[in-house]
Amino acid sequence: MIASLRRIAGMTQRYWRLLISSWPRVLELVYWPMMQILVWGTLQIYLSEQFSNFAQISGSLVGGVLLFDVLVRGQLGLSVTFLEEMWSNNLGNLLMSPLRPGELVASMLLMSLVRTLIGLAPVCIVALLVFNFNVFQLGPGLALFFLNLLATSWAIGLLVSGLVLRYGVAAESLAWSLVFALLPVCCVYYPVYVLPEWLQPLSLALAPTYVFEGLRAMLFERSFQADLMLRAASLNALYLAAAYFGFLRLLKGARDSGSLLSRAE
Amino acid sequence: MIAATEDEISGAESIALTQARRARIAASFEKRLQSLPARIAERSRPVTPALLVEKLTKRYGSVDAVQDVSFTIARGETLGLLGSNGAGKTTTIGMIMGLVTPSQGLARVFGHDMSQAPYEILHRANFVSPYVQMPAKLTVRENLLGFGRLYGVTDLKRRIEELAEQFAIVDLLDRVTGGLSAGQKTRAALAKALLNTPGLLLLDEPTASLDPESADWIRGLLEEYRELHGASILLASHNMEEVERLCDKVVIMHKGRIVEAGAPWRLMTDYDCADLHEVFLEVCWRHSAADQESSPGPLD
Repeated sequence: MIASLRRIAGMTQRYWRLLISSWPRVLELVYWPMMQILVWGTLQIYLSEQFSNFAQISGSLVGGVLLFDVLVRGQLGLSVTFLEEMWSNNLGNLLMSPLRPGELVASMLLMSLVRTLIGLAPVCIVALLVFNFNVFQLGPGLALFFLNLLATSWAIGLLVSGLVLRYGVAAESLAWSLVFALLPVCCVYYPVYVLPEWLQPLSLALAPTYVFEGLRAMLFERSFQADLMLRAASLNALYLAAAYFGFLRLLKGARDSGSLLSRAE
Repeated sequence: MIAATEDEISGAESIALTQARRARIAASFEKRLQSLPARIAERSRPVTPALLVEKLTKRYGSVDAVQDVSFTIARGETLGLLGSNGAGKTTTIGMIMGLVTPSQGLARVFGHDMSQAPYEILHRANFVSPYVQMPAKLTVRENLLGFGRLYGVTDLKRRIEELAEQFAIVDLLDRVTGGLSAGQKTRAALAKALLNTPGLLLLDEPTASLDPESADWIRGLLEEYRELHGASILLASHNMEEVERLCDKVVIMHKGRIVEAGAPWRLMTDYDCADLHEVFLEVCWRHSAADQESSPGPLD
């Protein structure tokens, strides 16, 4: 157990050093969320000025942007950490060492959390100072929103990493794009009932939908709906477990097909 | 070089040279055995070999990349894995280290089946390959610290300093790995490979990017390491001089199969060749010719 924790700590420390060794890497964490908040926050101000009704729901736009970025940053934080191992031809070193797959995954999850916090902390400050949106007004519910979205992002990130491991370069583009497939169906900016009826079951099968519904309930009704968070957490537990076992399965597939040899080379 | 020289020398002198070379290699081999009585005694006891490869096969569809490969490396022994490009050496090493699942057969490292429980034993092995790099953005020290933690090395900082002295990379420890020359990277990779004092070392072209002097020095370090720790080595190399110097026995692969095996000096005697380079060429030529004869012609 202690040896396992040491290996996880060692890997996480290595990823941290890799991150801070390169200022473009750190800049990239902040750049895109900052652009997002500036664009959508400015749009919010404009619409609030033009349409008085909009002011009532404007907080949900900026809040939605911030929370969706947790999803994006969390997934990219995991996938990019994994991809960097492949790009640096270091995967063979890891796979032929005592590092277990679960330990590699644990260190990538930790690094995803770190990258997400680094990316979003400045953005939250800008949201407060420039657009008067205090993300902490969400109260203790914020932590649950954050954790649920992070769990979803990890599930996507693990799946993408496994696909890249198994299918190589062909699957790399999924690392950048797959999470955005959730944007229309997770109801980031609008409630579920707005979607066509045939699409609503799919939306309700996704954990982030409950987070964004919960966000709107907090902002408009000032109520924290614990049942929504429980449903999100239950779905996340299921998807995260499926993603982890999927990753292991894809790793086995890569070993069986010999594709790890070319990745290592 | 020897072939060019021998053209200018008479036949009798050429034979004398060849015999002297074989005698020198055989004497070196004998000296190694005799200089370590404890190791010889240990080897004669029934102990688990460092590496047991039994009927290892890897099939991709209808193609056998590796077919029915079997060999053993006893404790303290060095085996050379030779073969042309595409012969199956890298796939064989991949199966031994758990990167590739064998279609058939097994590989046991210190008795552990690598397809079932690789993590239990990987802390006792390590490897060097030109195809696998350490993260370029980290310093050599950061890389060695990271790998040391993965292998559970105790007193890690002292161990790194020790290896840095041995491999003359003290001045390189705080340099970014990606900024090193090929030779410097090789020395850093070798330091990484010895971090956990492995009982089994898999070396894939360990001196490929080194100048002759550095390569000779590294070979000396590997010999010292082997003598001091009784380590076993699987060496894949195209440098026949290196193989002659380091290996107790060699296997030669051709199209995924082992086609020849034995001690270097014995193969040189059997094939009546001046050196292992000639043996290798002879074996490859014979089997390529046999392949051509057995493959159907245009009118068949």
